[in-house]
Amino acid sequence: MTRVDFDKYEEFYAKRTFGMRSSVMRDLMAITARPDIISLAGGLPNTESFPAKTLAQVTHEVSINGSAAALQYGPTDGFEETKRNIARVMAEENTVADPDDIIVTSGGQQGIDLVTRVLVNPGDVIIAEAPTYPGAIPSFCSFEADVIQVPLDDEGIRTDLLTREVERLAEAGTKPKFIYLIPDFHNPAGVCISLDRRVEIVALAKKHELIIVEDNPYGQLRFEGERLPTLYSLDKDDNVIYVSTFSKIISPGIRLGWMVAPAPLLAKFNLGKQAADLCPSTLAQKIVNQYFKEFRWQDYVETVTLLYQSRRDAMLAALEEFFPAESSWTHPEGGFYIWVTLPDYLDTVDLLALAIEEQKVAFVPGSGAWVDGSGANHMRLSFSTVSEELIAEGIERIGKIIREQMDLYRALKGSE
Amino acid sequence: MSKKTIAVLKGGRSLERNISLKSGARVEKALREQGYSVEGIDVDESLVKQLKDLKPDAAFIAMHGRSGEDGTVQELLDILNIPYTGSDVLPSIRCMDKVLSKHSFIADGIPTPPFYAFNRDAFQELGAVDTMPIIGKELGFPIVVKPAAQGSALGIRFAHTVSEMPAALISAFSFDNKVLLEKYVKGTELAVSILGKEPRALPIVEVRPKTDYFDFESRYTMGKADYLVPAEIPEAVASEAAELSLRVFSSLGCSGFGRVDVMMDESGGLQVLEINTIPGFTETSLLPMAAQAVGIGFNDLVEEILLCALEA
Repeated sequence: MTRVDFDKYEEFYAKRTFGMRSSVMRDLMAITARPDIISLAGGLPNTESFPAKTLAQVTHEVSINGSAAALQYGPTDGFEETKRNIARVMAEENTVADPDDIIVTSGGQQGIDLVTRVLVNPGDVIIAEAPTYPGAIPSFCSFEADVIQVPLDDEGIRTDLLTREVERLAEAGTKPKFIYLIPDFHNPAGVCISLDRRVEIVALAKKHELIIVEDNPYGQLRFEGERLPTLYSLDKDDNVIYVSTFSKIISPGIRLGWMVAPAPLLAKFNLGKQAADLCPSTLAQKIVNQYFKEFRWQDYVETVTLLYQSRRDAMLAALEEFFPAESSWTHPEGGFYIWVTLPDYLDTVDLLALAIEEQKVAFVPGSGAWVDGSGANHMRLSFSTVSEELIAEGIERIGKIIREQMDLYRALKGSE
Repeated sequence: MSKKTIAVLKGGRSLERNISLKSGARVEKALREQGYSVEGIDVDESLVKQLKDLKPDAAFIAMHGRSGEDGTVQELLDILNIPYTGSDVLPSIRCMDKVLSKHSFIADGIPTPPFYAFNRDAFQELGAVDTMPIIGKELGFPIVVKPAAQGSALGIRFAHTVSEMPAALISAFSFDNKVLLEKYVKGTELAVSILGKEPRALPIVEVRPKTDYFDFESRYTMGKADYLVPAEIPEAVASEAAELSLRVFSSLGCSGFGRVDVMMDESGGLQVLEINTIPGFTETSLLPMAAQAVGIGFNDLVEEILLCALEA
């Protein structure tokens, strides 16, 4: 009798990879890329509105005047010029960042990975919002963190519950390695942490000597309302690591982001980055820096923000019209996403299967935003990618499925 | 003699599309290595046109689920007079629908767990909800709630009490308009693969999922289930399982190949859960595993299945 091993490398895999799993959701999500499906799933920036001539011009300039440097390795933490441009971007959010405190990364995703890689031992606690950015979860799990998620509401993370959790850990003689937050236009929830709560969070970090990781890819995409100060700018005690990216303000394809952190942490992140990929793309940096030289970078952000705003409006109007009264959703003042809450007997992974099969429409099931797979009655809808007409059409189709399932459930429950 | 041209049909629109693409790719590679001229087709609305242009000597169907396993594509191939692998239209229809196949099992005296089946109308128009307490008493808990026609364990839920039934049902109804409520059999899961023009049972694979049951995740993620072949069961039970499976295969009119899923309960009794007429050909699939155990490599397996069609 033989024990069959399909994967002949099974004995070689590191323990930490056992968290990596294939899932129904991943396979369903692969289907959402089909052209006949209206996908409100992926949070893809609208790269069609980035002027092709602009890209051609800056790329041309980089190629003709300095191709050798553009094609060469660069410093691990990025060029000084890139860091200065990053500081300019952060200044737009009233945040002063010293270029010496900046590392240029390969996308914001690498920031999350580096922080986790440098700080987390197996079993260490990370506190995150509930829901949290689904893309952070594999990183946290692959370093075997114990992720505790704290609920959020319309004003962002519940600071009362966060405080309680931190105090509970303190009583047990421990503390989280870091608290991972997306304070602006949260992915997936769409909400912002209110000013009061930001102040509380910074105070909590000071009191207990905690590290906050502020992940802010969407902060520049505000449609209305007042800009809120970044946690990084409110903190005066070097407790905040700031992670961001050019993905939504220039392009995700260039794979450039950054981290801002106090010097000792930065040194470790630098070592981690060097080990990971030696340096951020020199070519991408040269292109971005040339873009900053020749053009007003805010122009594209302003254009695309108006576009996202009208798409958000289309989605909100469609939700009002087509979704049942028993559902609710967030009203984001910026960003890409609306977060929907359905009656708790509905499972949005199942609903997604139905939506793809019967109505050719897709969304992101909420359970991907929890480490333990809860959140089954939520869905994330993205308004960044698709036109207003298709948004309305897509919401109508999803609404239909939800209503049908609710009717069915009533029949399944009967009168009790 | 010139090479035979084989069309490998894969992909399509079912929820098992990705699994089908993997199966299809492996089958294509195997057939090319065996010397056939192979055209892989990710099926869509141009399928019939493509087949008319290509005029293949046979079609190897590597589609799973809706349209591929339920007689739909088989019917089209019959019309086009293209020989194809696996079972014909009627057995495909009967095997895809667990309700139909279980009724056939019962009619033929083949042991299968007791069950009840409903479509949405039964609940929405006839008040079937009021039979739930009766069903709970008759079948006992836990009850397995599953869509009648969906592969890869999608939409399967357990209800441990009457109050858990609505949630389990609504999940299953997300995958099909007809669902089964079946008595749960605790025991050992056995996969009996059948192969050949003269059908024979291949060594039985025992599946030991590392999760609670053999769900989607454990089927398609390496390392999530342990497989033992031949199964660690008494010789007599293994023979009985093989014989039972061959009976199922022939009484439902199947041909070429297939896989019968059987539960061995804690007292060694056998119950047939279902029969699959196009089991998977991926790296974690059970049919190729069973074939390997008797020295039939993947390429030879694929070719034997093809020859059943070509020589029919």
